[in-house]
Amino acid sequence: MKPLQELAHKLLSEGTVKVVIGYEEGPRGVRPAFITDAAQAEKLIFDIRCVQNLAAYLNPRRTQVAQLGKAAVVVKGCDARAVAGLIREKQIDRDGVVVIAVRCGGVLQNPETDTVLTSETVSARCGGCAVREPSLHDYMVGELPAEPPVNPQRAEQIAALERMSPAERWNFWDEQLSRCIRCHACREACPMCFCLKCTAEKSQPQWIDSSATLQANRAWQTMRVLHQAGRCVDCLECERACPEHIPLGLLARYVADAVERRFDYVASDDPSVPAPFGVYRADDEEEFIR
Amino acid sequence: MSDDGGHRADHTWSPRVVAFVCNWCTYTGADLAGTSRLKMDPNVRVIKLPCSSRVNPLFIIKAFERGADGVIVSGCHTGDCHFSTGNYHARRRFAILHDLLQFMGVEEDRVTFAWVSASEGNKWQQVVNETTARVQLLGPCGMLPGAKGGAE
Repeated sequence: MKPLQELAHKLLSEGTVKVVIGYEEGPRGVRPAFITDAAQAEKLIFDIRCVQNLAAYLNPRRTQVAQLGKAAVVVKGCDARAVAGLIREKQIDRDGVVVIAVRCGGVLQNPETDTVLTSETVSARCGGCAVREPSLHDYMVGELPAEPPVNPQRAEQIAALERMSPAERWNFWDEQLSRCIRCHACREACPMCFCLKCTAEKSQPQWIDSSATLQANRAWQTMRVLHQAGRCVDCLECERACPEHIPLGLLARYVADAVERRFDYVASDDPSVPAPFGVYRADDEEEFIR
Repeated sequence: MSDDGGHRADHTWSPRVVAFVCNWCTYTGADLAGTSRLKMDPNVRVIKLPCSSRVNPLFIIKAFERGADGVIVSGCHTGDCHFSTGNYHARRRFAILHDLLQFMGVEEDRVTFAWVSASEGNKWQQVVNETTARVQLLGPCGMLPGAKGGAE
């Protein structure tokens, strides 16, 4: 992508940033790239295979990336919302990062196997995307592609789960979560999980058993998803990182929908919009309280 | 938990319910129910907290893991919070917790949210009796290791 390469070259050669975090062609498909030399800027690419959320590398937990110096990061709309989230929660300074937004027309669900964007291969998050040109950016590159197709699969799965009886839902999650090996890859991949010490690792008191029992897995995912409520940007990195293919995106999306339904809030690409759990309204719905 | 193990003397099953209550309203309300000699099911164990916003969702999950069959979360009515806004913030968190627990297959009746003021001894009695009756119908909770669907 020519404009992206030229912009990265300019930023690096002028010394505005020390590293450009973007995408490059790797031996097994697209991979994140950390370009520190202007001469290497021509490696940068952007296409429908660029599923990774590079905002995760701005997370202060990634100390090795922070050591490289001031960064410019290539973001899609969904990733820009993660950058906004990190700024909102005072994890990074707005002035400490250069945001290069690329106009996005959707990405693939499985970039390893698929090459064409259709309603079956497109990522579940892309349909109806409202931030294809995110307001949070320093530079915006590329032409605006056609609207991404809608992949109805996940919404259908959530609706099917909601129609089930509680016992059926319980068994569904039993089956899914019994596979969890507690590698915590979902947490490591998440741009919004930035605690230096996670509750899952605390031992005094120990809230969540660190071994992979079904009971502990249930507690772990419940807690993780609750901590993401109103913060999750639906980048689906957790689901992509999961070696056991647990449909974590279902939980994330369900909670995001609940937050939207109850508090009329969608994770915003504007850092000045407060998160839903930092504020309240006197007339919030309380139909579930006796 | 070193108590009756969820069983009555006549060996019929009866639920164990844990109540997380705020110090300023519900605890005082429960105290009033007690001093008023209101008859209540003996299944509820009360845990006093400084505010309903002190209730971390992990408390509820942990209670189920350790053998509770039902949970009550109760605090001041909105507008009456000792700390002005604690229960407004808590209400937002409880709303999402309420939805998520159901999505994960926990029956809605297992977790009761209620506002009980310091003068509502009667309401506390009602909350306790109704919750116990609803959980009695549901049976034991499966989150206990070795229980229905639970891990060893």
